[in-house]
Amino acid sequence: MTKRVAFIGLAWLALAAGAAAAADSPASLMAGYAHEAGVPVTSLSAQRGAALYRTEHPGRNGQAVSCAGCHTSNPAQPGRTRVGKRIEPLAPAANPQRFTDAAKVEKWFRRNCQDVLQRECSAQEKGDFIAWLSQAR
Amino acid sequence: MNNYFLRGIGVVGAVGLASLLAFSLPSNEARGDGGGRVLPQTVSKAWQQECASCHVAYAPAFLPKASWRRLMGGLDHHFGENASLDPATQADILRFLETNAADSGTSRMGSRVMRSLGANDAPLRITETRWFVRKHDEVPHAVWSRKSIGSAANCAACHRQAEQGLFDEDAVRIPK
Repeated sequence: MTKRVAFIGLAWLALAAGAAAAADSPASLMAGYAHEAGVPVTSLSAQRGAALYRTEHPGRNGQAVSCAGCHTSNPAQPGRTRVGKRIEPLAPAANPQRFTDAAKVEKWFRRNCQDVLQRECSAQEKGDFIAWLSQAR
Repeated sequence: MNNYFLRGIGVVGAVGLASLLAFSLPSNEARGDGGGRVLPQTVSKAWQQECASCHVAYAPAFLPKASWRRLMGGLDHHFGENASLDPATQADILRFLETNAADSGTSRMGSRVMRSLGANDAPLRITETRWFVRKHDEVPHAVWSRKSIGSAANCAACHRQAEQGLFDEDAVRIPK
C-alpha cells in the first residue's frame, strides 16, 4: 500500500516536472499569437517587430517613449527601469528565461503597450515582436 | 573564602565577556538605522516578485495603511506607468502591505515614520514623508540626479543592501 502511494506520488512528480519542462517557448507563443491573429506563423515579421521595438511614440506626459528607451537599442543587453533598476535582457539568446511563461508575457505586453502605444497590442504585433527578439543576437 | 572570591571574579568576568561579545557581534536580523526592523519576519513572495521587477520592493513599514491602499488602488497609473496586476495578486500584496504598514505597530521604523506624519496623511511617495526628508537632508539635489542614481526612489544606489531591508548609515556608499 505504502509502496503504491509512493509510486503514485513519484508518477505525479514526473508528470509535474514534464509539464514544467513543456512550458511555453518563444515558438509556442508565436504560434499562439499567429493563431489568434488568424495568420500563418510564417507570416510573422521580425522586421515589423523591430520597428515596433524602436519606434518612438508620444507618451502620457508628452515625452517620447519606445521599448528601446528602457530595454536599450540592443535587446541582448540589459536595460534600466526609470528608477534605475536593472532589466535583464529581453532577447532569449541572452536570457533563456524570456518568453517561457505566457501569463508573464501577457502581463508585460498589457502594461508596456499601454505605456508606449497608449493602447493594447494586437496579437499580430505581439507575434512580430517575439519573432524579432527570437532572432536578436 | 578566598576560593569563593576568586570564583566570583571568574563568573563576573565570563558574563561580562559574553555580553560584550553579544553586543559587539553584528546581528543577523534586518535592522534599519538605529535598530528599527525594516522588513517583516515573513515577507510576501508576490510583493517581492511584482514590486521588485521595476524598483526596490519598498518595505511596508515606510508608509501607513492608507497610503498603501491608495497606491494599490491606482496601479494602472503608477507614477506614470502601467503596473496593473490581476485582482488576486493585487489583493494578496495589499494584505501584506497593510499587515506590516508603518501604523500597524509591528516595527520601530514604522513608528518613526508615523511620528513624522499627520493623522490623516497618506503620501504616495516614501520620499514625501518628513522622516525621509529629515534623514536625507544632507544629500545635495545634484547628487539625486546623478546618472548612477537616477532618482531618490532608487534606494539601492546608495543603500547597497536595501533589498535585504538594511539601511545602516555606515554602509551607505554614494556612487559618483
